[in-house]
Amino acid sequence: MTILVVAEHDNQHLKAATRHVLAAAQAIGGEVHLLVAGQHCAAVAEAARALSGVACVLLVENDALESAGAECMADLVLSLVHDYTHLLAAASASGKNWMPRVAALLDVAQLSDIVRVDAPDTFTRPIYAGSVWATVRSEDTIKVITVRATAFEAVAETGGSARLQKVDATSDAGLSRRTHLALNDSSRPELESARVVVSGGRGLGSAERFSALLEPLADKLNAALGASRAAVDSGYVSNDYQVGQTGKIVAPDLYIAVGISGAIQHLAGMKASRVIVAINKDPDAPIFAVADYGLVGDLNQVVPELTSAL
Amino acid sequence: MKVLVPVKRVLDYNIKARPKADGSGVELSGLKMSMNPFDEIAMEAAIRLKEAGQVSEIIAISCGTQACQETLRTALALGADRAVLVETDEALQPLAVAKLLKVLVLREQPRLVICGKQAIDDDANQTGQMLAALLGWAQATFASRIELGTDHASVTREIDGGLETLSITLPAVITTDLRLNEPRYATLPNIMKAKKKPLETLTPADLGVDVTSRLTLLKVAEPPARQGGIKVNDVAELLDKLKNEAKVI
Repeated sequence: MTILVVAEHDNQHLKAATRHVLAAAQAIGGEVHLLVAGQHCAAVAEAARALSGVACVLLVENDALESAGAECMADLVLSLVHDYTHLLAAASASGKNWMPRVAALLDVAQLSDIVRVDAPDTFTRPIYAGSVWATVRSEDTIKVITVRATAFEAVAETGGSARLQKVDATSDAGLSRRTHLALNDSSRPELESARVVVSGGRGLGSAERFSALLEPLADKLNAALGASRAAVDSGYVSNDYQVGQTGKIVAPDLYIAVGISGAIQHLAGMKASRVIVAINKDPDAPIFAVADYGLVGDLNQVVPELTSAL
Repeated sequence: MKVLVPVKRVLDYNIKARPKADGSGVELSGLKMSMNPFDEIAMEAAIRLKEAGQVSEIIAISCGTQACQETLRTALALGADRAVLVETDEALQPLAVAKLLKVLVLREQPRLVICGKQAIDDDANQTGQMLAALLGWAQATFASRIELGTDHASVTREIDGGLETLSITLPAVITTDLRLNEPRYATLPNIMKAKKKPLETLTPADLGVDVTSRLTLLKVAEPPARQGGIKVNDVAELLDKLKNEAKVI
């Protein structure tokens, strides 16, 4: 078995999700290769050689990849995948976007968002917003898989000594191109890789109170900010803050849920967190059923008190 | 411009899914089924484009059992002009659905297919991308804004850490995210009118598509349960627990 993992990076740094996907690859077994494809991303590939358990880093540098869409990325991966038994990427906004194109062009069923490797051909994945887990066996010759990063412990950043192989691969179908990019202020840690997440729900009541109460707390804890779908739908914050089955899946060391009732779809996005704290005025809120520490009270008093006590 | 909108019949989003006692699947019998919420958003996007005069005809398609007729009638009541059911009792994987849709696209020649980004039953998030790939078309997934031109569409989409706007060549596949719009409800007069709109029924064999799955579902089960913890009385006790018991701060 030889496994190709597609790295996620910003041309400067490898994103943390990649090390979790490598762990899933190692659970399958066999030789693991890592593809670093991008624009001027040699430094990423060089750093990736040290990752534990990687035998080979494939480097593709192509200027078209910077602004190209899923069509281009899928064609590139497709041109490299034929010698492999498994193709893995993170179930991130990026992996979800291009991976199904590769699967369709290989005429292979894709396994989305796996949380467990049961055997090299058998995997478990959540369905119905995580209410149920399905164990599925694939009979395809190449297994095409996206991985829920938080379900696997990351491999070590050091200890490996992979060989580096440059590959010439160009593809630009010209079907789509990026015309505008608006990235959020990145002074906070990324939601999906933060050690601490402070998350707010409809209980906050307004966009102003969301930021006035939660930002100081997140600052003290060097935490990422998240939100429930209800808070997003109410317009308190934008959708990329959303934690849940239809948003981001997180598993930090500490997750603090403020004014979040705990709908199934939200729990699906955070219940793998190591320690969960819930602050809510309703003692019967479902969030308390998954919280390690629940505090029943008025968030307008409790949150500032907590912030100043830290 | 013709638009095609695939709609899926799924367990209603308000109902918690449970495994069957023998673990062979999810219990669906006797439970309320509805149109996949992301497909409702796709329908709404198509209807608004038609209301704006940019779209001439909306064709709703569903692949599945005979009961999917009900979902298609909902789509017709919302504003689709006609509907096609590809009827089969096979459990369909996204790849099989994409292959069926491809044949229908070649027959109907739409300039745009708008899909929900994922179905809330299998949570696969694959069909739209697979259809685009099989057709050799551009795609814009997770759309939060669509501006339709003649040869191109400008689509704003949600990516990790922000938003990007893509210019995609038509024909294309767009998949919808939550923020795109808020779907309308079907009115009673429109529900009555929908009963008279055309609904064609085909089979996968009619379309020449083999829908046999190469995935075998071995079992479904409840996920590992998380134990609830304790209630603390105040902030001081909470901090003490986080520092000395959980050791996370």
